[in-house]
Amino acid sequence: MLKYESIAELVEAARQNNITISELVLKDQADSMELSTEELYDRMLKSYEVMKESVGQGMKKDQKSMSGLTGGEAYKVKSYAERTGGGLCGSFISGAIARSLAVAGCNASMGRIVAAPTAGSCGILPGCLISLQEEHDLPEEKVVMSMFTAGAIGMVIASKASIAGAEGGCQAECGSASAMAAAAMVELMGGTPAQCADACAIAISSQMGLVCDPVAGLVEIPCIKRNASGVMIAFSSAEIALAEVGSRIPADECLDAMREVGNALPTSLKETAGGGLATTPTGIRLKKEIFGTENQ
Amino acid sequence: MNVFDIIGPVMIGPSSSHTAGAVRIGMVVNKIMNEMQPESVEVTLSGSFAQTYKGHGTDRAIMAGIMGFSSDSEEIKSALEIASERGIKYSFIRKNIPGAHPNTALINFLMPDGTSGNVLGASIGGGNIRVDQINGMKVEFSGEKNTLLIMHRDQPGVIAEVTNFMHFCYGSLNICNFHLSREERGGNAIMTIEIDQAPPSRLIEDLKNLKDVDNAILVRRI
Repeated sequence: MLKYESIAELVEAARQNNITISELVLKDQADSMELSTEELYDRMLKSYEVMKESVGQGMKKDQKSMSGLTGGEAYKVKSYAERTGGGLCGSFISGAIARSLAVAGCNASMGRIVAAPTAGSCGILPGCLISLQEEHDLPEEKVVMSMFTAGAIGMVIASKASIAGAEGGCQAECGSASAMAAAAMVELMGGTPAQCADACAIAISSQMGLVCDPVAGLVEIPCIKRNASGVMIAFSSAEIALAEVGSRIPADECLDAMREVGNALPTSLKETAGGGLATTPTGIRLKKEIFGTENQ
Repeated sequence: MNVFDIIGPVMIGPSSSHTAGAVRIGMVVNKIMNEMQPESVEVTLSGSFAQTYKGHGTDRAIMAGIMGFSSDSEEIKSALEIASERGIKYSFIRKNIPGAHPNTALINFLMPDGTSGNVLGASIGGGNIRVDQINGMKVEFSGEKNTLLIMHRDQPGVIAEVTNFMHFCYGSLNICNFHLSREERGGNAIMTIEIDQAPPSRLIEDLKNLKDVDNAILVRRI
């Protein structure tokens, strides 16, 4: 049984058995949950299908959050990209941005999503994986398998650092999601387990210290757009790892640093809406507009 | 922890703690009401729940759970309307409960037959919950394991009666956590028993039939 206490453990076990991290984790999880690998695969497939449905929901023109603070971001990005032949980044990347905004928007409007690892960061994994599948015409089975790699990376992060904004700031949510997506994409593009670990390390390094400062305490501003940023960091981290650039700081040390940084962050920057964007003049005004003055 | 705690749960947004966890607290109430419809509920929201419940749909989420909808159910968004259609009276009070976890709800319910009860629960992150009190008695369970709540009268031998029955009739059941709480000596008491396995289908009915047991409730692993 794997302990999920270090990324090195996953890389080493996969390398020894000459299999991918996803194959390793599927078998290990089936053993520990006392279920068949088929049952686990089917459950993950269902999650992937929910992710696709969330994209459809959140891509609608009239998508609006419960508070009314946000809505329609994905539709606008998609329309702009279509109008301009791919926008600034090209249709692959702009599509991934739009999808991540769609899923995060679906979440904000009380739609159904898959927390990955959290609801606030739910757009990053689907934004990356669905777009990569489309762009490279990947078989669905491979994509679903890569989600086991993403999940294993997330389990190690949860064990070594944190996946909760209230504990570790946004680095724990969007940072973790980026690292998970980056590792999954490396595997999907034929990278080695060690390169998956590098991608994780680079993504975590890129969001080290990111604070959780939601306006009015809601999972909307800046969360929805940070999902798009998380997608971009996942792509750049995976690309760098696949090119064999490597990470000078090993993934496990990055996660140790992430935990320390998370602990050092003041409470005001850990999901309490007590600092950062939440306490800007506009942030405070928006809060008043939604909740009135009774919450001051 | 397993891989589906990370890629999952499938849930209605926007917040695992303020929405999905809130549904689960409501769901505990639903189980305690034997999945029956209450006449009325009064929900006290404390801490962060009180501050942000509207934007997170915490009120809708709790009502959805009370009516038995799960945390991935599309009905959560219109749960208040559904409750009104069904004739369930509800009210939400914003009041800090001293010493409670920041995301805490106290749910009082009244049944059509005049019986009533309450649940105090906290949403502790990632959709996980901790139930702190039932009918004013201290309990402590998370819903991560299958949990049996045995309401009984505090008197000698009841614990042995229940656990012996579980062991001798369903030998493979393993208790991984046990907690007992009572109002007063000889008064109402609650056993909280968390078990490793999926409970056999007849277990709850069998436990209800034990001599000294008033009621037995299963809160399934969520």
